[in-house]
Amino acid sequence: MADLTCNIAGITSPNPFWLASAPPTDKRYNVERAFEAGWGGVVWKTLGEDGPPVVNVSSRYGSVDYNGQRMMGFNNIELITDRPLQINLDEITAVKKAWPDRALVVSLMVPCNEQAWKDILKKVEQTGCDGVELNFGCPHGMSERGMGAAVGQVPEYIQEVTEWCKMHSSLPVFVKLTPNITDIRPPARAAFDGGADAVSLINTINSIVSVDLDIMAPTPTVAGKGVHGGYCGPAVKPIALSMVSEIARDPHTRNLPISGIGGISNWRDAAEYISLGCGSVQVCTAAMRYGFRIIDDLVDGLNNWMDDKGYSSLDDFRGAAIPNVTDWQYLDLNYKTIAAIDQDKCIECGLCHIVCEDTSHQAISATKDENGKRTYTVIDEECVGCNLCYLVCPVPKCIAMNEVDNGLPYQNWTEHPNNPAR
Amino acid sequence: MKPGDIRSGRLSSDEISHNFSDLHAPLTELQAIQESARCLFCHDAPCTEACPTDIDVPGFIRKIASGNVNGAAKSILDENIMGNTCGNVCPVEELCEQVCVKNTSEEKPVVIGQLQRYATDFLFDCGIQPFERGPETGKNIAVVGAGPAGLSCAHRLSMLGHNVTIFESRNEPGGLNEYGLAAYKMLDDRAAREVAFILDIGGINVETGQSLGTDFDLNELRNKYDAVFIGLGHNAVNALGIDNENTEGVHNAVDFIERIRQENLSTVAVGRNVVVIGGGNTAIDIAVQVKKLGAETVTLVYRRGVEQMAATEFEQEIAQTNGVLIRTQARPLRIHSTDNQLRAVEFEYTEIGANGQMSGTGETFELPADQLFKAIGQSLDPSPLGGGDVPELAGGRISVDPNQRTSLPDVWAGGDCTAGNDLTVVAVQDGKNAARSINEHLSNNEYLNHG
Repeated sequence: MADLTCNIAGITSPNPFWLASAPPTDKRYNVERAFEAGWGGVVWKTLGEDGPPVVNVSSRYGSVDYNGQRMMGFNNIELITDRPLQINLDEITAVKKAWPDRALVVSLMVPCNEQAWKDILKKVEQTGCDGVELNFGCPHGMSERGMGAAVGQVPEYIQEVTEWCKMHSSLPVFVKLTPNITDIRPPARAAFDGGADAVSLINTINSIVSVDLDIMAPTPTVAGKGVHGGYCGPAVKPIALSMVSEIARDPHTRNLPISGIGGISNWRDAAEYISLGCGSVQVCTAAMRYGFRIIDDLVDGLNNWMDDKGYSSLDDFRGAAIPNVTDWQYLDLNYKTIAAIDQDKCIECGLCHIVCEDTSHQAISATKDENGKRTYTVIDEECVGCNLCYLVCPVPKCIAMNEVDNGLPYQNWTEHPNNPAR
Repeated sequence: MKPGDIRSGRLSSDEISHNFSDLHAPLTELQAIQESARCLFCHDAPCTEACPTDIDVPGFIRKIASGNVNGAAKSILDENIMGNTCGNVCPVEELCEQVCVKNTSEEKPVVIGQLQRYATDFLFDCGIQPFERGPETGKNIAVVGAGPAGLSCAHRLSMLGHNVTIFESRNEPGGLNEYGLAAYKMLDDRAAREVAFILDIGGINVETGQSLGTDFDLNELRNKYDAVFIGLGHNAVNALGIDNENTEGVHNAVDFIERIRQENLSTVAVGRNVVVIGGGNTAIDIAVQVKKLGAETVTLVYRRGVEQMAATEFEQEIAQTNGVLIRTQARPLRIHSTDNQLRAVEFEYTEIGANGQMSGTGETFELPADQLFKAIGQSLDPSPLGGGDVPELAGGRISVDPNQRTSLPDVWAGGDCTAGNDLTVVAVQDGKNAARSINEHLSNNEYLNHG
């Protein structure tokens, strides 16, 4: 059995699977159920400053369903915790005491002034928690009040607040980044420069998941009105992976620990994040879809895969994919693949043909014999190796993309004769 | 055991109504969405190719998946105005579902028939009439028979703006959909609802109780109308060719099926021991229904092997799961009776020789029977077509070209009275094609007359 122990920013947990700061981590009851189920850690749902708590609306979540499957994408318009600060602090204290081996990080969001951060940090430190996560990402509601994404979109603010936190607390500081920017690197650099111990990303993406066409309002709908909310779930994973890789590859932030977040639903997703450099991963939507018991396969599946690959610890493959993330201009333009259809596996649905014919390179011919047997054949000369047929084919391993040895050497765009800037 | 133990009430009416509940429960919305998501939306889809009415199967299933269920129903009905009945009774296991590519990848086809029923039920429940009559052409067409072929033809003709009069010998339109299909496949007033939907387009006048050759003849129609379509169906039942077929307790399966469809089920009298002779779906239909009505033993006897049975594997399975015993390689020899009341049927074992010829082995056995149902096929009795100028026959059926035209220039025919598979779906296609051909013919004449 591989060792799944996770170390990130000085925090240790028995496995890398943490529940993200969100509704599942709003109170002791949920968090203890998660720990009982086997989760390695949690980021407690965001606390705000002392005083009257925020008020949440009724009708908070929206879903993107696809082909009869629920929650391919998910969004919410919930704010930070709506429970009194002291209750949260007391519960955090009790939970950490009861579960000393689990990671317990507390998410924070207070107005953008030093005193406010100083005050909350002092209180949070007393709980015995393992670290804090600065919520600079929440895209709705709080951002209108100058918090959340309103801070996360301005690198200078990120750096300043991070510095305050490092100054007024000895706790490890995670900065949670918003994806609602054009380039994730400046905010990550700002966190790094401010002294952050780690970054967490991505927070949710600005979104309207659907419009109710009967009442002509966005969903989730609150008394006939809707707002943009934070998008997450399996659909956002590609965006998050890309942003994680950008930070991991950036010379400025290369060694900055990352807690990966975004659509992680199974062990394979987690392994992908770790391969791009993440220390821990945070999960929310999958738990909100199925409950905490998904942890069983997350741990078991990751363990079995690591055993298969001969990895004994997370560090054995952490960041292993980063060297292979490059810029387009360095891709080998002489590399060639061609699709090949295994006729024995083909079920004759014709999807490869019609998508290539209509939308690509007319590289798959269609013929039918007198018995109605359809045969789809790749026209090698026309195939550009785009993968489309391989991706639409419903039968596993029916279409292969085979490398063609054309004898040509590596040549990238920077060296290519067609490049006017060469 | 005394012969003639034929009575109703062997089962309580609750048991009977349970036995005659839907063969397949209708799909729920959730099931329909999930099932439609299984469809791959094949290019050059084999299911569409297998459909005798050319329904764009992947197209309509995609519409169900997107929530455009009425659009799906319209796509179906555009090609097959009896798409609802066909969704219930088509032998999909030999048509669209047999060739579904999911058979190869998952050993389970998309349940196309049930999805078709889901979509068309949905449209009917919405009370939507998606078809309208075309601009009046002033042409009048006679249709003989208000079964699937005749109704399909009439509907298409009305869409094209022609006036149609249908002559139907029975009291109600619908043909075999109303009178001939097994009750557990056509629940409630399903057939009547579909007929009402078809006639709702307008321009179709149905004259019931009007029999060809009795109340009117073909020549009259040809003189009075611009064109004639014959959708007579089968009007005769094949005989066993043994003595005493008119013994009490011996029935034509189709007549009895008709009674089951029209009568209160709990009043239909069935025997304690029942024998059915035949190997097609009609034999299965009667055997299963008699069993469901409370017969103690039902034995279906077929003269050749299981592989030669016309009944589909799925139908055979229905029979077996309902407790019908299927015996093969035996042919009826003699009817035994007491006081003209059926007592037993004697069979002779058969064998198939090297040349494929069937012959009796000489060995016999007897099955005690209170009732015997003959289901060895139906045929066309051409006598109602009249003498003199009648359409040519071939193989005992009215001979037609690919456009359903008979040898008479102004007469078309389709459905069971012409060659081809005796299926509702085929009859619908025949009627549709005939209507197109009639329309083309009349338009050409118009052009010639005015040209």
